[in-house]
Order: sequence, then C-alpha cells, then structure tokens
Amino acid sequence: MTTISYGKQSFELGEGQSVLECLTKQGVPVPYSCRSGVCQTCMMQATAGIPPASSQIGLKESLRLRNYFLACLCHPTEDLEAAMPDDMHVSVRAIVHKLELLNDEIMLVELECLTPVDYRAGQFINLVHDSAHVRSYSIASVPNLDKHIQLHVRRLPQGRVSGWIHEDLALGHTVEIRGPTGDCFYIPGKPDQPMLLIGTGSGLAPLYGILRDALDQAHAGPIRLYHGSREQHGLYLIDELRELESRYPNFSYFPCLSDVHVPAGFIAGRVNEAALRDNPNLKGWQVFLCGHPEMVKATRKKTFLAGASMQDIHADAFNVSHL
Amino acid sequence: MTEKQSLADWYDQKYGKMPNASLFEQLGGTAAVDAAVDIFYRKVLNDDRINRFFEGVDMEKQAAKQKAFLTMAFGGPHNYTGQDMRKGHAHLVKQGLNDSHFDAVVENLGGTLKELGVADNLIAQVAAIAESTRDDVLDR
Repeated sequence: MTTISYGKQSFELGEGQSVLECLTKQGVPVPYSCRSGVCQTCMMQATAGIPPASSQIGLKESLRLRNYFLACLCHPTEDLEAAMPDDMHVSVRAIVHKLELLNDEIMLVELECLTPVDYRAGQFINLVHDSAHVRSYSIASVPNLDKHIQLHVRRLPQGRVSGWIHEDLALGHTVEIRGPTGDCFYIPGKPDQPMLLIGTGSGLAPLYGILRDALDQAHAGPIRLYHGSREQHGLYLIDELRELESRYPNFSYFPCLSDVHVPAGFIAGRVNEAALRDNPNLKGWQVFLCGHPEMVKATRKKTFLAGASMQDIHADAFNVSHL
Repeated sequence: MTEKQSLADWYDQKYGKMPNASLFEQLGGTAAVDAAVDIFYRKVLNDDRINRFFEGVDMEKQAAKQKAFLTMAFGGPHNYTGQDMRKGHAHLVKQGLNDSHFDAVVENLGGTLKELGVADNLIAQVAAIAESTRDDVLDR
C-alpha cells in the first residue's frame, strides 16, 4: 500500500486514486482546477520519495529536478511526502499596476512583474490568492507591445479569487503569480496561413493577445476573430478591435450576440455557429478556441470536421472551479 | 553504380521495395501515423454507422488513443494487450458495438491508407493486424 504524507499526517492511497484525490478527500486544502494536468494549480513538491515522471508532464526542467509534480496526475508506486510549493521556486511577485473595468463583469488587471517573466500572448499564468486558492488566467498582453502583463478577469458568482480581484485588489498591491504555461499562442513561420479565432466572454483575453501578436509579427494571411456573448454589454474592447480592423486589411472582427434583439453592426446568433457558417472549409487553417468549455469542446470537433488539422486547433478551455 | 546497389535495385523491382523493412517502416513510421490520424479520425466522426460511439468524448484524449491504435495496426511499437482491448471497449459493447461497426472502422482505416497512396498489399497487412483484435474488441 502506498502512503502519502502531508505535514504530520499520513494517508493510504486508495486503488486508482491520485494524490490530489487522496489529499482533498482527507481535507487537505490543495488548490486545483482542471484535474487533468493542464492548469498546474495543484502543483506540489515531493520532499521525500520520487514522483512518477508522468506526473511532471509540462513542468519546467528546474521544477522537475526539484521533484515538483502535479497532484492530479500523480499515481505513485512508492511512498511520497508531499508539500505545498515553495514560493521561492515557483512564484514571481508582481505589483498591481492598473485595474479597469472592461465591461460590467470583466476587469483588466495589469501586473508589473518584479522579476522578468518570459511569456507568449495567449499562455496563462496562475494567480495565487492564498495557498488553497489559485486560479488560471490567460494573458492578453503581448511581450513586444506591452510593458506589463494584462489579464481579463471575469467576476464569477461566489468566485473566491475573482471576487477578491474585483473587490479587494488595489493599485500598488503585491500579488504572487506562477507560470506562464499553456500552448495556445501564435506560432510564427506560416505567415500566409488563415487564422480563425473564436471566443466567448473573457475568452477574448488570449485571442486579443494572439491577434495582436500575429499582426505585430506581420502575419499576412486572413485573421478572423469571432467574439460572442448574449448581449452587447457582454462584449468588450469593441472600439479597439474595430480600430485594428480598419488598420489591418487582413483582419476582420465579427462581434456576435445570441440574444433575440441584436442591434445594427452585430451578428445574430451563437459565435461558433456564425464562424462555421461563414467559413465552412477550414482545411489548412489555424484555429484558436477560448472561453466556455462546452463551446470549446463542440467547436473543436466541428472545426476538425470542417477540415482543420488536429494539430492546428488550439484551445484554452478553463474549467470553472466551484471551490 | 556498385554491384551491390544494383542487386538491391533488382530485388526491389522484383519483390517490392525493401524486403527486410518491417511493415511499420515501409508505411513510413510515426510520420505516417501522424499523417493518417487526422484523416482516419475525421472519417470515423463523419461515419453515421459508428460516430454515435464517439459522442461526447474528449477529442484530444481520443486522438491520442487513435494514434496508439494506428501505430499498432501499422505494425509499430505498442503495448496493447487483448485485455486492454476488452476493457477499453466493454462500455461500447454494452451500447451495442458489433461486427458491423468493427467492419466500418476497418473500412475507414483502409480508405485512409488508400487516400495516402499506400500500396494495396500493405493495406491488406494493416487490415489483417486490425482484424486480429476483433474478438478482443467485441469481448468474445
């Protein structure tokens, strides 16, 4: 029987159980979100015992060597002593530089990192509220264009971390971030490849970054951005996107509203349906999908069936955590 | 041209290319799997005879499984066991998975290879490997 120790306690790992399942079941407040090795919020460190390599997928070399692992992917065959990550190894401190509401529920958070963070627009970072509450947010800024890291944080009903960001965070506060991670970003090298960007709500954040990154790197193929919400006030950065549209002839912006009443200048219907209706043949396209997990899942399949290659479909579906 | 090379050429012409290469090598190895997985999976999802078995599955995870399956069917390295095949398809057998569905998958596999310009004798070998899993997949 494999034993997992945490603090002064030891627990027996159940059959087929992950370290995350074992610890959270015993009441240890390990933060987690996706439970599938993507978001990295459940990262822990083995202070005794060696975690299996399969639980270190996607971690930086320096963290792997220190026996960091993702608790949700960890099914050890030997005893492990697990600890929460050491801030010194995994976190960077950043100062809140700007807070600005982009619409009723989405806040632009600009962070000035105290040590340089190497990232790509569209990746995500984990923002630490406290040791038990860590959330993933996509990066909307572009290293080459923006001085600071920008996030779009949607306020969730009863959202612990988003509530803290919207209500308590103030300019000059210091926060802790981890990362960046994720592989949803613009890949240079195919400047003529058409790009289809589909997002709902604050899923615009990574797409806005990817779009500006592509334009900045002189992407020449068509770039079509479909951003959807139910009503007009759910959309944001409309003026900025229209301005980019008038400046770059290869970029088109399609704001979509799924409500019954749709004002002039907007497309009626669901964003993914509109995008596929306009672009039924996606052979050779690069596709980026961000936002509501159900939308992302369904659209991944539809864009694939419309001809996009699996490796050209990038998605960043964050599972909304209900902690 | 040395005598050795011309002999090899003669052999290739008479008996088909590279008699010593494994099926997996002749098909093009992992690059062939990468090329085939998109076409194969798209065919399967578009096939109304079988696509209901793929409703609601996570596409990325499924694509990884398709890759493992193709690698095996192409004669490549794999660690599938008959037991894995039974376990992995048991829930589908409960939903009515039968010979006709298995045939449809093999057909899509052949169609994929045909589209990639693979020779018929190699397609037959791939089909034979796939065929060897039939009873395990259908849990008989």
